[in-house]
Amino acid sequence: MQTALRTSLPETELASRANFAPHARVVREERPAQTTGLPLSIRGLRKSFGDNEVLRGVDLHIPAGQFVAIVGKSGCGKSTLLRLIAGLDKIDAGSISFGQDFEPRDIQPEDIRVMFQEPRLLPWARVLANVEVGLGRDRASGDAHARAEKALTEVGLADKRDQWPSVLSGGQKQRVALGRALVSRPRVLAFDEPLGALDALTRISMQRLLERVWRDQGFTAILVTHDVSEAVALADRVLVIEEGRIAHDVVVNAGRPRQRGSAELAGLEGSILSHLLSADDRT
Amino acid sequence: MSLIDSISLPRSLRLPRVDGLIQWIVPLAIIAIWQVASVAGFVPTRVLPAPSDVALAGWKLLLSGELVRNIWVSFWRASIGFLIGGSIGFAFGLANGLSQLSAKLTDTTLQMVRNVPHLALIPLVILWFGIDESAKLFLVALGVFFPIYLNTLHGIRTVDPQLIEMGRIYGMTDGELFRRVIFPGALPSIFVGIRFALGIMWLTLIVAETIAASSGLGYMAMQAREFMLIDVVVLSILIYALLGKLADSASRVLERATLAWHPAFQKR
Repeated sequence: MQTALRTSLPETELASRANFAPHARVVREERPAQTTGLPLSIRGLRKSFGDNEVLRGVDLHIPAGQFVAIVGKSGCGKSTLLRLIAGLDKIDAGSISFGQDFEPRDIQPEDIRVMFQEPRLLPWARVLANVEVGLGRDRASGDAHARAEKALTEVGLADKRDQWPSVLSGGQKQRVALGRALVSRPRVLAFDEPLGALDALTRISMQRLLERVWRDQGFTAILVTHDVSEAVALADRVLVIEEGRIAHDVVVNAGRPRQRGSAELAGLEGSILSHLLSADDRT
Repeated sequence: MSLIDSISLPRSLRLPRVDGLIQWIVPLAIIAIWQVASVAGFVPTRVLPAPSDVALAGWKLLLSGELVRNIWVSFWRASIGFLIGGSIGFAFGLANGLSQLSAKLTDTTLQMVRNVPHLALIPLVILWFGIDESAKLFLVALGVFFPIYLNTLHGIRTVDPQLIEMGRIYGMTDGELFRRVIFPGALPSIFVGIRFALGIMWLTLIVAETIAASSGLGYMAMQAREFMLIDVVVLSILIYALLGKLADSASRVLERATLAWHPAFQKR
């Protein structure tokens, strides 16, 4: 194991920060005309669990409607960052602010949604009722059914509306969870390794679905993943987190829809991977 | 959108006829063998009367109205005792499952009381209540309380915390969280408690009625023993078995109706 990592060292040297520069041009403007996404600014963000300092000062600006992937080794703090953005954990120091011209009161809880690795569907509610949960405070409104059905159609499961979650496959459950996250038309959607538990083929079709709904709806997407190829296939920008800080900020400048396995993406994936591995080597 | 929407018709009612009959083959066969053995003289009637004699005794008691009255009295005591003990147990289970303070305050006490066999209280209960209705109701309620309390508490504590987090993220209020996540999640465990409690309910009632009562099935059996009416004694025992089965079936129907989502209750 050690020798294998050593022999990969020369390659790692090549993939220095300067190497990313050719790709790091301005992101192509192919957002929908008016993006519904919220921009997001993070300053000096810190978070510790006991003595373990997980985030050690993160500064980050995400423009409205951008698709950002966050990669890193397990335990690097990427999921913690996502949970802080989604408001699931308390911030120790620093700030996260949404929007520029928006006052905080302009941002509703329904504007920010999270999708987890587990679908977290209510087993005792039928598929449609599970999607309706995503409406938040609008659950009681008259058009709740119609909106839920529309979201279900978007994820291609309109015919499963009256099924129990237990009869669905893993990929279908995750699509219901996506429908539930989408139904309130969020402006920021945070994904915590949403495809981690799926098989390879289902994962690819889910990636296509994620890309499609993101392009249709124009929310700001933040995807935490340990799969670097997934990150470069989906994101405009890949953040590499190491030891609680953003170590690299890589812009992916390939056109959409993306060609899976194209030389450009594969090259980028290779250099990010070797970075992650070289960090392993240094420690 | 409410819990009611997710309730479907009991599936057991739609089962094919044959399936429903299979379970009765063994009891019927036992009765048939018993009848043959009695008629052939293998079993003396003073030890065990033939099923036909038991049926005859039942018929006579039915005509006199005694049987129906005693069954009704016992059924009434069982239901009221179950309702009282079950509601209190359910309430404590909810309170201690949802509130740390309440659990700290009462759980230790309840666990201590639980370890006293409730039937050991019969002498005390007779002193307190005499052989009145309230004595029987008290004992049944006490016996039913613990299985329902323990299983409600367990059900609520083991609801998937990821689902609770999900509910909070999606802006559910405490009431909604309880109605849509916690209670449905605890329901399978609550049903386990109910079925345990139904067994304890009959056991307690019969013991209480044989010791101190002036009506009811247990009283009927004790009276019959004094007059050596062994067919009536056997009849009472058979009726207990049937009532126990009836209570269990009722809880199963309820279970199937409310847990239709559960993979264990889905017929494909």
